Amino acid sequence: MTTTQQVQHVNSPETKQPFTVEDLQMNPARSNRQKAIAGVFAVTAVTSIAISGLILWTLLAEAWVFMVNVDWASVWDIGWFPRRGIYDIKTLIVASLITTGIAMMVATPLGLGAAIYLSEYAHPRVRSVIKPVLEVLAGIPSVVLGFFALLWIAPNVVGSFSANDAGSLAAAGIGVGILTIPLITSVSEDAMAAVPSSLREASQGLGARKSATTLRVVLPAAISGIVASLIIAVSRAIGETMVVYIAGGAAQTAIYTDFPTEKGLTMTAAMASQGSGTDNVVGEGLTFQSLYFVGLVLFVFTLGLNVIASRFVNRIQEKY
Amino acid sequence: MAFGKVLDDKTSARIQRTVASSISRKGVDKKGTAFQMVLLTTLFITMLILVVLIFDVVQGGWEVLTTRLWGFMRGEIGSGTFPERLGVQQGLYGSFWIAVFVAVFAFPIGIGSAIYLEEYSRKNKFSRFIELNIRNLAGVPSIVYGLLGLFLFVEGIPFLTGPNSNGRSATSAGLTLAVLVLPIVIITAQEALRAVPSGLKEGSYGVGATRWETIRYQSLPYAAPGILTGTLLSMSRAIGEAAPLILVGATTGFLGSNPNILDVGSVRERFTAMPIVITEWTQKTNTVNEDVFIPSAAAAIVVLLVFVLLLNIVAIYLRHYFEKKRES
Repeated sequence: MTTTQQVQHVNSPETKQPFTVEDLQMNPARSNRQKAIAGVFAVTAVTSIAISGLILWTLLAEAWVFMVNVDWASVWDIGWFPRRGIYDIKTLIVASLITTGIAMMVATPLGLGAAIYLSEYAHPRVRSVIKPVLEVLAGIPSVVLGFFALLWIAPNVVGSFSANDAGSLAAAGIGVGILTIPLITSVSEDAMAAVPSSLREASQGLGARKSATTLRVVLPAAISGIVASLIIAVSRAIGETMVVYIAGGAAQTAIYTDFPTEKGLTMTAAMASQGSGTDNVVGEGLTFQSLYFVGLVLFVFTLGLNVIASRFVNRIQEKY
Repeated sequence: MAFGKVLDDKTSARIQRTVASSISRKGVDKKGTAFQMVLLTTLFITMLILVVLIFDVVQGGWEVLTTRLWGFMRGEIGSGTFPERLGVQQGLYGSFWIAVFVAVFAFPIGIGSAIYLEEYSRKNKFSRFIELNIRNLAGVPSIVYGLLGLFLFVEGIPFLTGPNSNGRSATSAGLTLAVLVLPIVIITAQEALRAVPSGLKEGSYGVGATRWETIRYQSLPYAAPGILTGTLLSMSRAIGEAAPLILVGATTGFLGSNPNILDVGSVRERFTAMPIVITEWTQKTNTVNEDVFIPSAAAAIVVLLVFVLLLNIVAIYLRHYFEKKRES
């Protein structure tokens, strides 16, 4: 209001004053308000950096205490018995790798197959039904998959080829795999959808069949996005806690095993079981710090995988 | 046509027939059909898993839910010696207040960061660093956030988060999960803001609106459904998340009080939450009271799934509804 009035005033024939810079400037109160609001938003944006800093600081500070004080012979021992001072990290890493491997064996074919079908074959109406169903699968909490892995997958799937029908790394791995299917599907479907349709049309114009177009044109063009989806899935599977905690079969401690149908403790499950049950996470000596040491190892794994995955995603963006 | 006819009508018709029959004949592309069948099978298996999962859980919890639903909703996490007292009220209480903390802390900060990144910041090294940082935060495993919460809220500020409970309270849990979902809120809100047509903003600037006025009256209303979808999804993630709560010290056993859902006074007391209740009861497999706890765990899963899936379905529906509206 005020601005328009001023402008009219300046232009009116009686005054005939020339425009000044002040006339075109914003009302100072209004402009100060702008700056204050911008400042508030900038502060909220910095919060995320503060969180990252705090995560790193927390992990490093406590893990440092562990690494300085621990007897390193106990970090390469027979198993994970933190309350007895035996912190064999390889027990946990091998168990994590086994469950992740099994999870990927389940999730890769199912997730990719679904993605290819939805992106290249499915009728739009079928797609519009199946995509929300997959999103529902993605929304199921991991404790539910843990329950399912322990009470259905372990006896019915793992129990059918091994003597162990209670919790095992294999049952947990299959559960984690189910959890990562929607992730692989949605990321790799996005990658295939980003392939220009002119490529498909050119291929079909040359007489290639649908399957040849899909396998030899669309998949190679989308390969970096697909690889990225698999790496993200690996990172998610390694960091998944509740399924392996519930269905992994081992509680608190574990002896070294590299056999999938045995019970085992992954990095995440070890942290969870150490934090649960008793009132205090604090135990003998370095028990509390060992938690953060395992956390740091896990953090390094997942961060590395995520950085590699984002490289792959960036590559596809450059291409087209 | 400058070249005239190369083929007579009869020949060209015959060629057409031959070509048409050779490419449309059924079974000619055996490999392609097999490939499509394989793809369909993978999709079918995925759907089948979902069906078996839901059927298994509902069947397991059916008896509890149909015979004593009210008692189950009001019951305690308690011991197996009194199966009629078992229930989820304490879990619902914890999960409800965790959701409140997420809404109060993560939503404003997350949407604010998204507005800053999309509307204010110049595309320089600093803003790229923030974005990269957010993307990496989104990939950090949830249990690591539990370590952060344990260090920061439980060990760090117990006088604020729980004077009587050593910091092991719904307040600590809620703050931890607010931190956990923050990157998700930011990323989805950014996507929603990015989808605002630039013409809308330029028009607003053109009639003399300031940047904040443009955001307030043009960008935010247009992006609201997208932002809402993101917040609903992050809320469902937060109430389904269990791993950080274990580290923050959610109680897995007997809990003294059984507070009403809206009782604010207990947010700094010892707590539990729905996913923790489920975990605890599920882990009673192969114990004496197995046949009390496992059906209860299944029933608790059904209760949790109702909330989580409701949030998801509303979010997905909203997104599809507004996408369609935009397109038309």
